[in-house]
Amino acid sequence: MSTLSVAVWRGGSDGRFQDYSVPRRDAQTVLDVVTYIQRRLDPTLAYRFACRVGMCGSCAMTVNGKPRWTCRTHVADVASRDHLEIAPLAHLPIVRDLVTDMRAFFDKWARAKGQFTPTATRRDGFERVEPESRPRQAVDAAIECIGCGVCYAACDVVEWKPDYLGPAALNRAWTLVNDVRDGARAERLAAVAGDAGCHSCHTLGACTERCPKHLSPTASIAGLKRATTIAMLRGQL
Amino acid sequence: MTARGETRLWLLQRASAAVLAICVAVHLITIIVAMRQGLTAAAILSRTHGSIGWAGFYGIFVLAVAVHAPIGLRAIAHEWLAWRGRASDAVVVLFGIALLALGGYAIAAVVR
Repeated sequence: MSTLSVAVWRGGSDGRFQDYSVPRRDAQTVLDVVTYIQRRLDPTLAYRFACRVGMCGSCAMTVNGKPRWTCRTHVADVASRDHLEIAPLAHLPIVRDLVTDMRAFFDKWARAKGQFTPTATRRDGFERVEPESRPRQAVDAAIECIGCGVCYAACDVVEWKPDYLGPAALNRAWTLVNDVRDGARAERLAAVAGDAGCHSCHTLGACTERCPKHLSPTASIAGLKRATTIAMLRGQL
Repeated sequence: MTARGETRLWLLQRASAAVLAICVAVHLITIIVAMRQGLTAAAILSRTHGSIGWAGFYGIFVLAVAVHAPIGLRAIAHEWLAWRGRASDAVVVLFGIALLALGGYAIAAVVR
């Protein structure tokens, strides 16, 4: 049986890579590799996962230099000469080993007003939203975000400008800007148009390139740029 | 800066970029045509002197540069130097004024 040589980040931001040998298996995922190390070789290894099927967004790590969701990433697709380098996600403080502190990431969702603001009460009827309508189509294209942080780790602007809201928070804001039931459009547009908001995006496209759900935060951010510009020209910003 | 201000700067930079795309193309084509026809500096200046058309074209060109470049420099100052606030804004405004002055001086030399 062949083996994989795996370098895994250990410790905090001042840590280092430690090498492990892991048996190579068919259809093996990167998360399988990390789990093998923790269960068979070194139980002190800290990492985060939950669903293992690409729904929860908790297992993202840097694999051979690129941010990826590890539960749906096959070793065969990413290993270079049977070698893997696994590190925590970039642009977030390291708690320990492969675990990052995601607070800054999710705090930015709150700063971008990523919470739905209802306009109806429980006594009102259901809002009728035409599935083919443009706003609903825009929501559909962006709504499947699982909050894994891959886009945030891939974004160069986040590295250059640490308070930049980032692709995921702006993508979330875009879904709400297009939600006809939402009542905080003006406040949300103002929140995403600040000096660390959507206009800081250089349309590099790394978020869209790396998004495991094949969403396009780049397109969502472009939508926010258009929406904020129209609001500004109408004196609503 | 306020959301309104940031959005206005973004729009100004995009609009000036669109103007520059046309101006740069016309400018380069003009240079190539002039070189291929073997025009001397004196022959070029004889055509541009007193020309309202060339003065207007390069006036728009210089204005677009003076708007576009400082906004871009402001973003670079934010991202590469982490320098934000009134001081950096003032420096890029001064840079824009300098570009406007130098561009205006060059237009005057060619057209007047």
